[in-house]
Amino acid sequence: MAFTGTTRKVTAHLTQNEALSFEKSAPGKKGYKLAPLDVPEADASALLGDSVRSNEPMLPELSEIEIIRHFTRLSTWNYAIDLGMYPLGSCTMKYNPRVNEFVSRLEGIAEAHPYQPEALSQGLLEIIKLLQDCLLDITGMHAITLQPAAGAHGEFTGILLARAWHESKGNPRKTILIPDSAHGTNPATAASCGYQIINLKSNEQGGVDVAALAEIVNEDTAAMMLTNPSTIGVFEHEIHKIADVLHAKGALLYMDGANMNALVGKTRPGDFGVDVMHLNLHKTFSTPHGGGGPGSGPVACKDFLEPFLPTPVLAQGPDGLLHWNYDRPQSVGRVRMLYGNFGMFVRALAYILANGPDGLRQTTEDAVLNANYIRKKLEDVYELPYPTASMHEVVFSDKRQVKNRVKTGDIAKRLIDYGFHPYTTSFPLIVPGALMIEPTESESREELDLFIDAMRQIAREAEENPELVTSAPHSTRISRLDETTAARKPVLRWHKPVVRWKTPGPNDPVEIGTPAKEW
Amino acid sequence: MRYLPKSDAERAAMLRDIGVGSIDELFSAIPEEYRLARDLNAPRQMGESEIVDHFKAAAQKNANGYTSFLGAGAYRHYRPVVIDTIVQRGEFLTSYTPYQAEITQGTLQAIFEFQTMICELTGMDIANASMYDGSTGAAEAVMMAVRVTGRDGVLVARTAHPEYREVMHTYAQHQGHEAREVGYGPDGRIDLSALEQAVTEETACVLVQSPNFLGIIEDIPAIAEIAHKKDALLIVSIAEAVSLGIVRPPVEADIVSMEAQSFGVALSYGGPYCGVIAAKEKYLRQMPGRLVGETTDTQGRRGFVLTLSTREQHIRREKATSNICTNQALVALMATVFLTVYGKQGIRELALQNLSKAKYAADTLGKHGKLLFAGTPRFHEFVLQTEDPPKQINVRLLEKKIIGGLPLKKWYPELGNASLWCATELTTKDQIDAAAAVLASAPVAATAR
Amino acid sequence: MAYPQNYKYTREHEWIEAAGNHGTIGITDYAQNSLGDIVFVDAPKVGATVTKGEVFGSVESVKAVSDLYSPASGTVTEVNEALKDSPEKLNTEAHSAWIIKVELSNPGELDALLSAADYEQFIAEEGGK
Repeated sequence: MAFTGTTRKVTAHLTQNEALSFEKSAPGKKGYKLAPLDVPEADASALLGDSVRSNEPMLPELSEIEIIRHFTRLSTWNYAIDLGMYPLGSCTMKYNPRVNEFVSRLEGIAEAHPYQPEALSQGLLEIIKLLQDCLLDITGMHAITLQPAAGAHGEFTGILLARAWHESKGNPRKTILIPDSAHGTNPATAASCGYQIINLKSNEQGGVDVAALAEIVNEDTAAMMLTNPSTIGVFEHEIHKIADVLHAKGALLYMDGANMNALVGKTRPGDFGVDVMHLNLHKTFSTPHGGGGPGSGPVACKDFLEPFLPTPVLAQGPDGLLHWNYDRPQSVGRVRMLYGNFGMFVRALAYILANGPDGLRQTTEDAVLNANYIRKKLEDVYELPYPTASMHEVVFSDKRQVKNRVKTGDIAKRLIDYGFHPYTTSFPLIVPGALMIEPTESESREELDLFIDAMRQIAREAEENPELVTSAPHSTRISRLDETTAARKPVLRWHKPVVRWKTPGPNDPVEIGTPAKEW
Repeated sequence: MRYLPKSDAERAAMLRDIGVGSIDELFSAIPEEYRLARDLNAPRQMGESEIVDHFKAAAQKNANGYTSFLGAGAYRHYRPVVIDTIVQRGEFLTSYTPYQAEITQGTLQAIFEFQTMICELTGMDIANASMYDGSTGAAEAVMMAVRVTGRDGVLVARTAHPEYREVMHTYAQHQGHEAREVGYGPDGRIDLSALEQAVTEETACVLVQSPNFLGIIEDIPAIAEIAHKKDALLIVSIAEAVSLGIVRPPVEADIVSMEAQSFGVALSYGGPYCGVIAAKEKYLRQMPGRLVGETTDTQGRRGFVLTLSTREQHIRREKATSNICTNQALVALMATVFLTVYGKQGIRELALQNLSKAKYAADTLGKHGKLLFAGTPRFHEFVLQTEDPPKQINVRLLEKKIIGGLPLKKWYPELGNASLWCATELTTKDQIDAAAAVLASAPVAATAR
Repeated sequence: MAYPQNYKYTREHEWIEAAGNHGTIGITDYAQNSLGDIVFVDAPKVGATVTKGEVFGSVESVKAVSDLYSPASGTVTEVNEALKDSPEKLNTEAHSAWIIKVELSNPGELDALLSAADYEQFIAEEGGK
């Protein structure tokens, strides 16, 4: 691989090939051993009649060592926070502490059945109570539900609360205001709650134009969904005016808390006028992203929205015992069965306890420090579309590199060759060719400097050898997959191959992995 | 703070490089009156041993060491050790949604295997990468059917999980469709004649759960015939995935919404679990959630990639099939490992053990009460009607460290003193006999059969 | 690619070829070029009503969706089924790979559409932005 400069972070090494588990399967192999039955074996056909399963599902048959190797080999094909900086803007890829994993697997926590008696669940309910209390102080809100399963699910819950409150006053209203810089889940959420979306154009600083807002808000406006800091990493410094404008017309301010990690311990949404918001425990509170979930999206709100929270809510009896209260006549109903992603609550609380008030504040400060450090060290080579002060992330554009036909997506792919996960590309939509970089607090200065080096070298390559960047990555197992064919002729599952009596020709592609077994 | 990789000297040097005098200058966009001038009201910073002690103490205050006969949508099955070994590898645990295919092939291939396994088990053509859980998955399946058919009538079996029904109701209320319920007959199955009357040309879908909340396996072919006669879709919700090892897959369904918690996912007081939607291929474009597809790279090598993303919120925004973004990838990986461990033979053997234990439990406990819907096929749950209220019986059971069946009065008052019992491969004969002994010592057994 | 003189065009980049009260509708070469590889076409069913200026379907590339706006009002008489299996035809033969045929309810509407020359000038300005 050619580098214009050098890379200090990575060296190529071998990884193992690995076929699909189905292709490795052989009849009769086993990876399990059940305890012998201590009751008479049932006659399935007699008990189930027509409902008995007659065909066998095509599941793999493998031994335990093969299973361990299979998934371990696959794992080595992934990039991860544990390997290095993962500056995926807006996703907050921070360190996932291992003690969180340990405590979530303790007996009594991992094995607790959700319908076990409340008297035998007090330890679990105390975990929920303490987490709720901490999150309420962090957000400055009055009431909270932990039921939503992810951020987008939290948005859905929050907008349902707003709707239920408006309905209780006789009119659900019709519209939700959403800035054009918003994440796609915001309009999708508002639509699923039965609202029309009104897009708000951002001002020249990438923020909300309060004067323009004042002209748009009216008696049909149910709420505004606002991300603060915004998706360009900027704090809406007129946030309270925004809240005032909305409140004057009886509309609510919903805050998308995706970027709450820039605020914890420094300022509180409840204090600056937010009525309802969600948190992403997998962003701000370090629960693992796990390749795309599970998340957890608690929703916190002001007192007047409390009666509408999803059922059940946690309550404390006069005897001091905690219990679930299902008697909630004004509730929006359930948004999920049971109580939410409890395993994530345990991890988030472990993170809060490990930090304490001082650690939480320092964490926020370090996240902002890291983003500004990157900004300072790269602003002479990458275009800053908005010069407004950055909080926890910085958004550049590819304006200077596009002249050489190098786009944000190419720079991102080239970063892989330098040993980094790409930043978020092409978002937010208000910045053409955006590079959205969020380092989080988890990066040392050394790692940041390596990243900055890599980004500067890629900028040079874009000038001197653009082809090197536009054809990247050069060091990965596979490069630039054919997404068009994947979408035109979707292959979404494996099928047992049909044996073809044809000898491969000299120009047929060499397959990675073992060829499919013939059954 | 041990998670923060910087010394104060490094912080000071970085601030100098940035060109600011203090960290507070970087927060100057926050108006002064809204800056928090005090410490947060959270417990003080703890050492790791203190954190472990804190949670150990909390864990002690729960039902540790109790025998449990609870099921009802959350099932206790053995979790092979290799599951946690694999999902705790940092490369799976600490990566994110596989947007960059070149460096996420591990996650992508595992999801592709998951999708394949779900298709095989359910008899459907396509499956997505996961949903939050079975309840929200059922709600999303209903919205999918509404989009496919362009109709707005939704019929839901009253034997579907009551909390699933609540979630479906919450989702439905602002979508312009109303979910109506269809009752069950004396056999514990959906009332087919009531269903036949309820299905009209306006019906988008019929949703049934099988095995249903009362443990009964529904007559899927008969239900499908009624729904399809009026061109309504059939959605089958499956809360107990292990049943598919021995129960006929709902091949007549148009959409299957499944909770995969039973595939190696800890009970964890209700979550995280793992929903998944599978369907007939013709409904692909209306499928919510992420999909992984196979393709090739520039050299012709096989690889996997997130595909058909134009259905999703980040592209289609307010017109998306769903607002779902994050799903349950790590939990789906647990299920994938579980199914790889058990494999083709193991899943059947496991399901047969569940069936056998539940039969023994129903026969044994049934002597001390009335086994409802006794003649209808069921998997590993059964409804026991007793003379005494289940709550009273459960108090006596708790004295022997046994958590008895789930009282059903809250949801099915018409069943009287009924409770829902579950036995899995982990339930032992001794535990069942011990529970029976407590029931036998109960003041009076009901009209025993 | 040349823009056929006998077609009319919209500012949303659809073309229509009309004969009497029969119209054939597709997307322009400029549209397919800015969308990139087209992977799916969502067209209405035969018998559906379309209204001038309103959305009647969409075309999708890997990472974008573009709504289709009808150049005229009428009833759909035919849908190009070949696009289901070969959506790439919209890329390779934009001006002959039609999407729907429509029986026009008001052929007079077409007068307000752009001519080939006007459209070419319009896209020259668009591209220059």
